[in-house]
Amino acid sequence: MASAGGNPLVLPAVLHLRRSDADFTAALSERFRVLDFFSSGEPLPAFLAAAAAAPEPPRAAVVVGGGSVRVDASFLDAVPSLRCVLTTGAGIDHIDLAECARRGVAVANSGEVFSTDVADYAVGLLLDVLRRVSAAERYVRRGSWPVQGDYPLGSKFVHFFVLSSFSNWHHLGGKRVGIIGLGNIGSRIARRLEAFGCIIHYNSRKPKDSISYKYFGNVHDLAAESDVLIVACALNKATRHIVDKDVLEALGKGGVVINIGRGANIDEAELVVALREGKIAGAGLDVFEHEPKVPAELFSMENVVLSRHVAVFTEESRSDLRAHTVGNLEAFFSGQPLLTPVDADSLVQ
Amino acid sequence: VVATLKLATMAAAGGKPAVLLLRPVDAPFAAALRDRFRVLDLYAPGQALPALAFVAAAAAVPEPPRATVIWGGVRVDASFLDAAPSLRCVVSTAAGLDHIDLAECARRGVAVANSGEVYSTDVADYAVGLLLDVLRRVSASERYVRRGSWAAQGDYPLGSKLGGKRVGIIGLGNIGSRIAKRLEAFGCIIHYNSRKPKDSVSYKYFPNVHELAAESDVLVVACALNKATRHIVNKDVLEALGKDGVVVNIGRGANIDEAELVIALREGKIAGAGLDVFEHEPKVPAELFSMENVVLSRHVAVLTEESRSDLRAHTIGNLEAFFSGQPLLTPVHADSLAQ
Repeated sequence: MASAGGNPLVLPAVLHLRRSDADFTAALSERFRVLDFFSSGEPLPAFLAAAAAAPEPPRAAVVVGGGSVRVDASFLDAVPSLRCVLTTGAGIDHIDLAECARRGVAVANSGEVFSTDVADYAVGLLLDVLRRVSAAERYVRRGSWPVQGDYPLGSKFVHFFVLSSFSNWHHLGGKRVGIIGLGNIGSRIARRLEAFGCIIHYNSRKPKDSISYKYFGNVHDLAAESDVLIVACALNKATRHIVDKDVLEALGKGGVVINIGRGANIDEAELVVALREGKIAGAGLDVFEHEPKVPAELFSMENVVLSRHVAVFTEESRSDLRAHTVGNLEAFFSGQPLLTPVDADSLVQ
Repeated sequence: VVATLKLATMAAAGGKPAVLLLRPVDAPFAAALRDRFRVLDLYAPGQALPALAFVAAAAAVPEPPRATVIWGGVRVDASFLDAAPSLRCVVSTAAGLDHIDLAECARRGVAVANSGEVYSTDVADYAVGLLLDVLRRVSASERYVRRGSWAAQGDYPLGSKLGGKRVGIIGLGNIGSRIAKRLEAFGCIIHYNSRKPKDSVSYKYFPNVHELAAESDVLVVACALNKATRHIVNKDVLEALGKDGVVVNIGRGANIDEAELVIALREGKIAGAGLDVFEHEPKVPAELFSMENVVLSRHVAVLTEESRSDLRAHTIGNLEAFFSGQPLLTPVHADSLAQ
């Protein structure tokens, strides 16, 4: 039986392997005996060994992607008591799903907790690239507007900056947007962009019957018939560098790339080359191949919007995540089906 | 002498009707105008007369211009119309009309054409872009990355979800209604204020902006600037909006009491703002530069490559309608905007 009151000896043990805020930790601690990695101060192997060796070792672990902890064979060997792994980020590329399946370890993801916020952010990045919102911001904040801006009519020194650089600012309506991955996030992006008058194209493993958007069997063909490419797919063997040099060339010099997936979905070196050489028109990037390192060349580009892997981060999604994680843990410990189970084969791409 | 010779040259260009051009245009626009009209161009290379003198000189040429193409920087008032009594039609390429004394034009029988819906979609898109930027801190993130702070891993302030927010739109015209449609796709709840409720929409109507603000999480200024809407967002409205509230302005700077807005932001009485326009452009209150919860833009919401070519076609269309005695494509009536 899960959580019945405050006696920590009775509460089921849960490994907590992510940096967290006080509210999240408190919510878990009310219901579970939390073995927290980052506050232990120990190196991971020692921490896992200690947890595994304790009486009533943990049967569940809460992890997140993006660095320290990879749920693979050696991790699972270190804590053989684990029967359930919950991940709190939007991706699951840090979990060896096949290995978990082999050992009968159930995996749960964050479901749709973040989908809306990530979709909103993708649209925000696209609007920023096409309409140069952040570039205008920089211009104003460095005090350029009064010096280089428009002058009152009647003066002969009307500045043509605004007129001459129009060609960089583009209308969203009518643009063909190619979405790579039409899952929870991709489908929300599609609905939002339809409201702006965009035409939606997509690629995914299989066409979706219920959808009227035009399907493309591969990303190259998608790019050839799109003005914007949005990466909204998971990262796995099949999707690593799914946007490569060929795809960027097919997208073409009016094209814009938006990435709210994983940095490694795009061949970053080729992306930088394409931007530098004007082979594509711009990019909005929330993720990079070697975060937090961003290719320095991008800093000097006005047609690129750079973000720091924050597409999931709102106050609302943080509290939703808390409730969702507790929900999955309670389901597991009470023998119920997980709220958002991940099946290994559902993601074989 | 050189100046008047220049104008005379412009005026002598064949049997086409004369048009007084009082805004800079790009090459395609200039060519399109010259194909059809005798263009008296304030901005022609070598044209050295200042604006009002040019207008007066143009009025004095044989077959003086009966139509003029202007933008927001040209104030069309009694003295302007006195300087060019031949004018019977003013075609404005601006998004707003606050630079035109519509009553004076009506009194003199001078027809006015505006830019219609040429810009409406781009302005609506930009408003949504500003709102997303404020709520999700896109530009703030940009700044952080570009100055190399990400590698140093500071804490990140969380953004705020767009869905479920009550968005109060001030002015539900061509622009406001497009903003509403877009934000509905994000799951926002649309409230609005306008002169009268609109029967064709199901959004909740508020008879004044104070009540609108009290029941909204976001206020979007999408109305014209006139006597009734000057400082329509004032201290009371900002207080009613409250400390989690966000203001987006793609109307005119003077729709908002800018000094009170700066105070409200400074004191945390509202949560943030996205501003494309300011009361004294291009001056932006310096205090805003140090704020991370404000997105500052430079009156560019209308500007896209596509709207530029749409504007060209639209302006030529209005001019051709006028000169051929047809109704203007997008006439403005003085009383339709009595606000």
